[in-house]
Amino acid sequence: MTRPAAATRMERALAALAVDPGGLKGMVLRARMSPVRQAFETALKHMPDAPRRIHPGISDLQLFGGLNIAASLAEGRPVRDKGLFETPGLLVLTMAERTGADLAARLAQILDADTGHALVLLDEGATAEEAPPLSLQDRLAFHIEPQDEALRTQALRLPARADLDTARKGLARIAVPDDAMGLLVALAARFGIDSLRAPLLALRTARALTALDREKSVGEAALMEAVELVYPSRATRFPAEAEDSAMDPPPDTPQPPDDATDEGSGKGAGELPDEILVQAIAALLPPDLLDRLKVARAAQARAASSGAGSKRRGNRRGRPLPSRPGRPSQQARIDPVATLRSAAPWQRLRRTPQNAHRPVIIYPSDIRLRRFEDRSDRLLIFTVDASGSSAVARLAEAKGAVELMLAQAYARRDHVALVAFRGDGAELLLPPTRSLVQAKRQLSSLPGGGGTPLAAGLVAASELAQHARGRGMSPTLVLLTDGRANIPLSGTPDRAEARQDAETIAAGLARQGIPGVLVDTANRPAENARNIAARLGADYLALPRADAHKISASVTAALEH
Amino acid sequence: MTLAFPFSAIVGQDTMKQALILTAIDPGLGGVLVFGDRGTGKSTAVRALAALLPPIEVVEGCPVNAARPEDCPDWAEVRSKKIVKRPTPVVDLPLGVTEDRVTGALDIERALTQGEKSFESGLLARANRGYLYIDEVNLLEDHIVDLLLDVAQSGVNAVEREGLSIRHAARFVLVGSGNPEEGELRPQLLDRFGLSVEVMSPTDIDERIEVIRRRDAFETDTDRFMTKWKRQDGKIRKAILTARDRLRDTESSDAILKDCAALSLALGTDGLRGELTLLRAARALAAYEGAPAITRAHLSKVAPLALAHRLRRDPLDEAGSVTRVTRMVADVLG
Repeated sequence: MTRPAAATRMERALAALAVDPGGLKGMVLRARMSPVRQAFETALKHMPDAPRRIHPGISDLQLFGGLNIAASLAEGRPVRDKGLFETPGLLVLTMAERTGADLAARLAQILDADTGHALVLLDEGATAEEAPPLSLQDRLAFHIEPQDEALRTQALRLPARADLDTARKGLARIAVPDDAMGLLVALAARFGIDSLRAPLLALRTARALTALDREKSVGEAALMEAVELVYPSRATRFPAEAEDSAMDPPPDTPQPPDDATDEGSGKGAGELPDEILVQAIAALLPPDLLDRLKVARAAQARAASSGAGSKRRGNRRGRPLPSRPGRPSQQARIDPVATLRSAAPWQRLRRTPQNAHRPVIIYPSDIRLRRFEDRSDRLLIFTVDASGSSAVARLAEAKGAVELMLAQAYARRDHVALVAFRGDGAELLLPPTRSLVQAKRQLSSLPGGGGTPLAAGLVAASELAQHARGRGMSPTLVLLTDGRANIPLSGTPDRAEARQDAETIAAGLARQGIPGVLVDTANRPAENARNIAARLGADYLALPRADAHKISASVTAALEH
Repeated sequence: MTLAFPFSAIVGQDTMKQALILTAIDPGLGGVLVFGDRGTGKSTAVRALAALLPPIEVVEGCPVNAARPEDCPDWAEVRSKKIVKRPTPVVDLPLGVTEDRVTGALDIERALTQGEKSFESGLLARANRGYLYIDEVNLLEDHIVDLLLDVAQSGVNAVEREGLSIRHAARFVLVGSGNPEEGELRPQLLDRFGLSVEVMSPTDIDERIEVIRRRDAFETDTDRFMTKWKRQDGKIRKAILTARDRLRDTESSDAILKDCAALSLALGTDGLRGELTLLRAARALAAYEGAPAITRAHLSKVAPLALAHRLRRDPLDEAGSVTRVTRMVADVLG
């Protein structure tokens, strides 16, 4: 039985990582619990550096080390815990799709320090939005997403330890033909890979693979394999598009090496036709890659942070609250002064001949923990009526309002999303974001016209709101409509049914406790919209002639009161 | 720590390098903000700067890098009077850092073991007279941002907590980097940075190849690579030192002052900080180039650095702020 190509790719990636962990920095494995993942994790156990598992909730103490309070109290002298940072090795981050921006930044710092750490992200994301932060993915050499069913029964085999050791030793002496770098850079350009980390990582991969194969100089096979391992996940466009794009001229095919350089290195990598490599990478690109890329970028913009939303208790950040007794743990930070204060009255009672040498006697029951109050981020869901020809102007205003709110969003830590409804349905045009750059890109091509499926719009907004809640945000609805619904959920025009549907769903939103503002965009404000606002339990704003600034100002005012 | 990539070996990214050099000449400029895509060498450049900067003289063992023994704070209990040379500090402010670690706090170890109330200095103390580097500055938490703004403004870190009352000098140059796709920066913080630079991946294939080539040489043949670029780095360091001396004697004519004002007015920048930074940056550049006085050429060279991030955001203007500044510079200065 021939081995499936995907299994070989995973094995080669792991082997390369075993040879040069500090240089390749690691890999992403995107797979839910499955035999494939099991096989991968088993293979990880055989890596030369024993893998250490970490999780997205890991504390700074575990990462960077620090005072171990419990042990210090027991021994009466400071006991420090060593952090993972201090001992280089292979870190395996489970549930990597839940990594927050702050942990990502710290892990990136560890990787950038070049201390020999490597990181394996086990990404269990189910949807395209759930993915590890791009800042981390960009630093890791490989991204593997096994889909091959044939992998089911395969065990992954790593080269023998002795072979890996030999390869490690030989790594420094691997020669790189002069044109290899040019080839790597040119290929990256054709796939729209901007980050210069990609060609660097590909080069190092080629080196590691060459060392594994006991060759002396990076040849075309190694280059090809490296490129296939490193580039596909980073591609932002298909090479065919690159040809038309005006951004950069199509790179020249590398010159065949002339005789002078050819003699020493044998068969140079430059003889490899560019096209074969391009095709090889293109074959490895998943078909929905470009769609996924967009979503992943938008998801990236949602950084967890202290916002203007509802309060929640935390123990890591935010406004301080009075301390409480408790056990120090990874998450809870100790409040030393409160702790000393609670221990102070008992000092005389606690003093015995055995502990006479200790100036302060603290029992675990004295320990007070810090508490903070954090505010979750607020998500403003702009739900815009894009129906009919008159609404097209409104749509422009709504776009402007979204951009204005975004421009001011930082101060209030708001995120913004945009849902538009028209024709016979609703569409999420802008997933929750705080990035103006993102928003501009997505808003620029926003269509308008058709019927008014208000109910569908509200359903979309409601789904988004619930999703946002699940992620710890506080959703707020900003509905811009004239309220003249004429398309019910069923999709066939029926004014009465449409109104009925809209009111039912509005009431449902109100029951979920989602606050909102309704901006009446009709030229002459009428009962329709007021009715919907009442059902929603939302503030009603009549804006006969709105403009972006007015909408933005009114929404701000309505939300602040 | 591992070796930093040599500053002079960084391919391209001239505006970023220039901005960093200008703050090294005149730390009063108020720091640099580097915004751009992933993998464009933002962090590399900042870390390289650390190795490039001339060493400073500090009192041995002083936690706030004081230049004279009498400047050492009392709480530090520094007994040594010896002056030693140290590299200019470049302190990394990690995201998600706690307030304690930034400002300093009660020394828990000593409190627990010896029952003594003493102060354990934080990152701000270590950054005094040097650089404070914040990677992914746009993801920094609000209360830390507020704290930094406050300290950067006053140059003093005041800690009033846990029964401690401590003050120490904290003058540092803020250097921030970030990716605009991951969120915007608060205007107050934006204004705090003297200069801003947008970096982009080089689009020129040859330039990109050169980046890979040098990086690879740095990683595989470190010693030879470092020796090769040491002299270049030394030249820049020397030029920075000369420029520092020259700074005071570099003249700014009334006409130049008028140009600064006209430019800021025309662009409608908020406050006077932009104007002031523009002048100082132009002076630093003139000093670096060895010119006796600031010219319009200097002004137009530094205008995008000093003004682009101070413009009011106009969401409907598709062209970036740098383009707006360049256009206006051409209009006003001719």
